[in-house]
Amino acid sequence: MFEPTQLQEVAEGKKAYEAAVEKVLTKGPERKANFTTGGGIPLKRTYTPEDVNGVDYAKDLGFPGVYPYTRGVQPTMYRGRFWTMRQYAGFATAEDSNKRYRYLLSQGTTGLSVAFDLPTQIGYDSDDPMAVGECGKVGVAIDSLADAEILFDGIPLDKVSTSMTINAPASILLAMYIAVAEKQGVPMNALAGTIQNDILKEYIARGTYIFPPKPSMRLITDIFDFCSRNIPKWNTISISGYHIREAGSTAIQEVAFTLADGIAYIEAAIKAGQDPNVFGKRLSFFFNAHNDFLEEVAKFRAARKVWAHIMKERFGVTNPSAQMLRFHTQTAGCTLTAQQAENNIVRVAIQTMAAVCGGTQSLHTNSLDEALALPTDKSVRIALRTQQIVAYESGITNVVDPLAGSYAIEALTKEIEEGALAYIKEIDDLGGMMAAIEKGYPQKHIQDAAYDYQKSIESEDRIIVGVNKFHIDEDMTERKLLKVDASVGENQIKKLREMKEKRDNVRVKTTLDAVREGAKGDANLMPLILDAVHAYATEGEICGVLREVFGEYKENVVL
Amino acid sequence: MDRKIRVVVAKPGLDGHDRGAKVIARAFRDAGMEVIYTGLRQTPEQIVNTAIQEDADAIGISILSGAHDYCFKTIINLLKEKHADDIIVFGGGVIPETDYPTLLGYGAGAIFGPGTPTSETIEWLEKAVAEKRAKEAK
Repeated sequence: MFEPTQLQEVAEGKKAYEAAVEKVLTKGPERKANFTTGGGIPLKRTYTPEDVNGVDYAKDLGFPGVYPYTRGVQPTMYRGRFWTMRQYAGFATAEDSNKRYRYLLSQGTTGLSVAFDLPTQIGYDSDDPMAVGECGKVGVAIDSLADAEILFDGIPLDKVSTSMTINAPASILLAMYIAVAEKQGVPMNALAGTIQNDILKEYIARGTYIFPPKPSMRLITDIFDFCSRNIPKWNTISISGYHIREAGSTAIQEVAFTLADGIAYIEAAIKAGQDPNVFGKRLSFFFNAHNDFLEEVAKFRAARKVWAHIMKERFGVTNPSAQMLRFHTQTAGCTLTAQQAENNIVRVAIQTMAAVCGGTQSLHTNSLDEALALPTDKSVRIALRTQQIVAYESGITNVVDPLAGSYAIEALTKEIEEGALAYIKEIDDLGGMMAAIEKGYPQKHIQDAAYDYQKSIESEDRIIVGVNKFHIDEDMTERKLLKVDASVGENQIKKLREMKEKRDNVRVKTTLDAVREGAKGDANLMPLILDAVHAYATEGEICGVLREVFGEYKENVVL
Repeated sequence: MDRKIRVVVAKPGLDGHDRGAKVIARAFRDAGMEVIYTGLRQTPEQIVNTAIQEDADAIGISILSGAHDYCFKTIINLLKEKHADDIIVFGGGVIPETDYPTLLGYGAGAIFGPGTPTSETIEWLEKAVAEKRAKEAK
């Protein structure tokens, strides 16, 4: 990037600088002997043109909207329009959640993001013995199309895009969404949104799996195929590093394991006879935004570049929109503290700026009380306002990829790229991500990183304001928190039983039998599941049939 | 102490967030305890049975799903039914402090909120087990 004579000047200048540093150091040491990023990448005292000397502008960076997309996926980014402000929400019943969505839309969110309760995420109806105590707690309980109709009541599905955090039973919830839209008169090809549908990270980090890997991968590739034909604007998967990071990974591991999961999905779909130039356009990603601002900005840039390379070089993808890594970001829940919870507003603001400087397409900001409970109306509003302040007031959004060319950012981008590629190579050597997961490889690396992180807090090598430094005595029982009433479960069960009495149970049986037969063969399961959903078969019933055929996954515990 | 402390680290219910459970399990192990980690999706019955079979001194429950009231109550009642309520029950996770008195009222020994150093939990458990064993020796 620089002329040899310029670099010569830098080298000479650096000698003088280092002499000055030596002199300062004789008067007193720096705060620490070694500085690293949050993820442990060693940091130099300062970065100079020498650190970016290996960077080839055209090859490594290019322009925004141009391969390898290091600088962003669109030429104009937020000068055109802001990212989608999409707050993850859902609790208690479909009615309660519908009310929260309408509130969020009235306050300026531009997309919905549905949080389902754990029974729904794991394919149990609210009256299942496994669901006791869990109904409506961390998300909304959706048992059948009847609940989905209430959930989206009065929300125009042709205008709002919806993201659904649903993985193992993604086909069923997508089918319910399609069916609700039909009732609103919206055809499927007009729908926009995302289903998470990323099962590999469930085995690695999040735990809401149902079936073993092989049939799970089939459900995913069936969705790719169905959506490519019928819902062209739908993001068929959100390959998620977020949970890998929340489980304790470093930034480099987050990029590496997420992209390695992506490779596994692409290989599975190609094996099923699909074209990566087509389904590749509808792959989306989901990353975490942690506190270490510089490292996070570099992480997003590196992830885009590595993915573009993988698509082009490894899979021969020629369609530019199938080479781009588009992503949603969520600020890091695991960085929020119960102590002096108001400080979380500041953490979220820093993380928001990192996501925006890193070029995210969509963002969820966490609420200040999330280390304690689900957010209240007020706390979620502050979280949304944080995004709006960064968007409208900070000025960051007026320049595309504003931190490009910073010696430190470019050097870190390169380091994260190289670190991620080294992990991906190891995973390839193990036989790919599915084999690596079976061997506990990503799990072990993440747990080691999580344990190191905890130890660094306890040794006070890592400072968490309000926790291991600057703490105060506070009465945390005074805080106003959202409480989900215990009667939610009982009411939901009552509603479910009434619905089952009213529906055409012969039709339910016929459609469930068809799903069972389909699962035994190799037909695309999406249309069969859609029929069952139309008949008001419940999620638990459909998953039950699939469990009969596919079996259930048993966790490989790695400590 | 002659016999090492045996502790079951349990993930009840459907909650898959096991970072805290795994970190505390390793911290207990590094502190010289014998740790049995249950893995995910354990019912209260399974957790209680594991603790009895393993002759555990204590059960540490990690829960972030909001189902803590049901889980603590059921586990502690089951221990009573099986005459195994000498086993200490404690826990942590995303649990609002306003709920602590209820859980302690069921018979939980302690609840550790987010941000608790592992050393604090270890010290507490060592002391609680020492007291329990002293009582049993009488």
